Amino acid sequence: MNMKTKNNVISVCLFIFFTIIALITLLPLLLLAVSSLRPGSDLMRFGLNFNIDWANANLNEYKMLFSGQNNYFIWYRNSLIITVIQVALALFLSACVGYGFAMYEFKGKNIIFLCVLLVMMVPTEVILLPLYRLIMRMKLINNMWGIMLPYLVIPMLIFFFRQYLSGIPKELQEAARVDGCSEYGIFIRIMVPLMKPSFAAMGIYQGMQSWNNFLWPMVVINDIDKITLPVGLQSLLSPYGNNYDILIAGSCFAIIPILVLFVFFQRYFIEGMTAGGVKG
Amino acid sequence: MKKKNIFRKFLYSQKVAPYVFIAPFVITFLVFFAYSIVSMIIMSFQNVAGANTSFAGLSNYRILKNAVFIKSLKNSAFYTVVTCAIMIPIPMVLAAMLNSKQMRAKSTFRSILFVPALTSVVVAGVVFRMMFGELEGSFMNQVIGVFGAGPLIWLRRPTTVWIALFILCLWRWTGVNMMYYLSGLQQIPEDLYESASIDGASSMQQLRYITIPLLKPTTIYVLTISIFAGMAMFSESYMLFNGNNSPNNVGTTLVGMLYRMGFQQNQLGIASAIGVTFLTIVLVVNLIQLRLNGTFGGKER
Repeated sequence: MNMKTKNNVISVCLFIFFTIIALITLLPLLLLAVSSLRPGSDLMRFGLNFNIDWANANLNEYKMLFSGQNNYFIWYRNSLIITVIQVALALFLSACVGYGFAMYEFKGKNIIFLCVLLVMMVPTEVILLPLYRLIMRMKLINNMWGIMLPYLVIPMLIFFFRQYLSGIPKELQEAARVDGCSEYGIFIRIMVPLMKPSFAAMGIYQGMQSWNNFLWPMVVINDIDKITLPVGLQSLLSPYGNNYDILIAGSCFAIIPILVLFVFFQRYFIEGMTAGGVKG
Repeated sequence: MKKKNIFRKFLYSQKVAPYVFIAPFVITFLVFFAYSIVSMIIMSFQNVAGANTSFAGLSNYRILKNAVFIKSLKNSAFYTVVTCAIMIPIPMVLAAMLNSKQMRAKSTFRSILFVPALTSVVVAGVVFRMMFGELEGSFMNQVIGVFGAGPLIWLRRPTTVWIALFILCLWRWTGVNMMYYLSGLQQIPEDLYESASIDGASSMQQLRYITIPLLKPTTIYVLTISIFAGMAMFSESYMLFNGNNSPNNVGTTLVGMLYRMGFQQNQLGIASAIGVTFLTIVLVVNLIQLRLNGTFGGKER
């Protein structure tokens, strides 16, 4: 066998192998999509599977979802509001902090940066209870600010921005100072525009975190019309009434916008969600 | 007017500006993180009932000898060890295969494998809970039915619960870990492989002596995030069992135990003791890790 045919055989084998892997990967989502075309009562009786009577497949579950007879879009709106505010504030505040660490020398810098690493290292679940008690004392239970306030400055983002800015020459800062730009002007007018690519990646990172966050919002919010989408979907998991209809169609509808965004902004998704990977 | 000017000058000086920039972190760190840690440590030595607190000494830490707590600790540890054992080699090999010259449509497969990471733990949990349902028609029962195995009550038996949890983890995170390895692979210079193949090294030898050693930084990073994600696992189990209670505690994790004591049984002191234990474990793991990496004065003497 010569080199070329050997390469072709390897190529075909790899292709087949990855096609199988890709199918297995997509299978749970296909299962969800197919099931959204049949009544939820089927799920309870027959289980989640691909045996669907295509002649009777319909969009009734989606009609029910959009009928406004349920809380789904209230949850959707809550999640959307929280995600947008949290991403905007977290990006801005973390960028400030990252900039401070990257471009200045000051007393206590190392020890404070060590604190950033400490927060990054300790899983948020560790302080779940004391943080909840604090939020309770601040009277922010059942309030979307209770979800957001502790997580407006994200160590991961600080780390990433600092890393990103370390590639920008300090002479730029010096030159702007000579031109009479104030310290904050330098940040807003010169650095923020330079950081745009990192904002895209980090925006998606934080957006995914906020949109998919489950445990903390579940703990902080109790009212059924104030909960976020993941918490709301979880509450539908008991087979009662038309819960399953909304659960399945609603789960699909929760992923679709993200999938669409992913198709268009793939590069930023991958960059953002794998941020913190080792460089060099 | 003059006072305002002085203040402005102070705020705008080059000495003060960096502190203004890092202030958001310092404030949230002190208010939320440091305060929580300190109050958790204090609470772990107290009996807390409503507004009344009294000193309890070490009695809250008796939970460490509790059978259910030990089980939850074992569950978390087991989950962590196994997820590390599967979530490193599998994505690494997939990345190496995807990166090979003979591979076609690389970016398409890369994107498809990444898709599960876009789902929330809730949506993924809903699908997996139903796939691993106990009905004869539930997807996984249909799959094993093809091989003649009978319908299983997946989420009641330890072994099958673990299988479901590991498959869920593998499904969601393979793409992400693979992406770390792909970017790691791209940093290995091509000519290393060329000279190796000139010297007659097989592709297995190349993997063993070039790829794996040079991917060490990536592996360390993936290992680190896997350890902490594993120790903090809670939502996956919560979704599969539709709540924090699993039959015979097969799916109760460390965080699950903390949640049960703190939020379900109102045993704040005990929950805090669990939190402190968790924190200690995290710090110890970190120290060991830093030492092994040699970044903590381990190697330089």
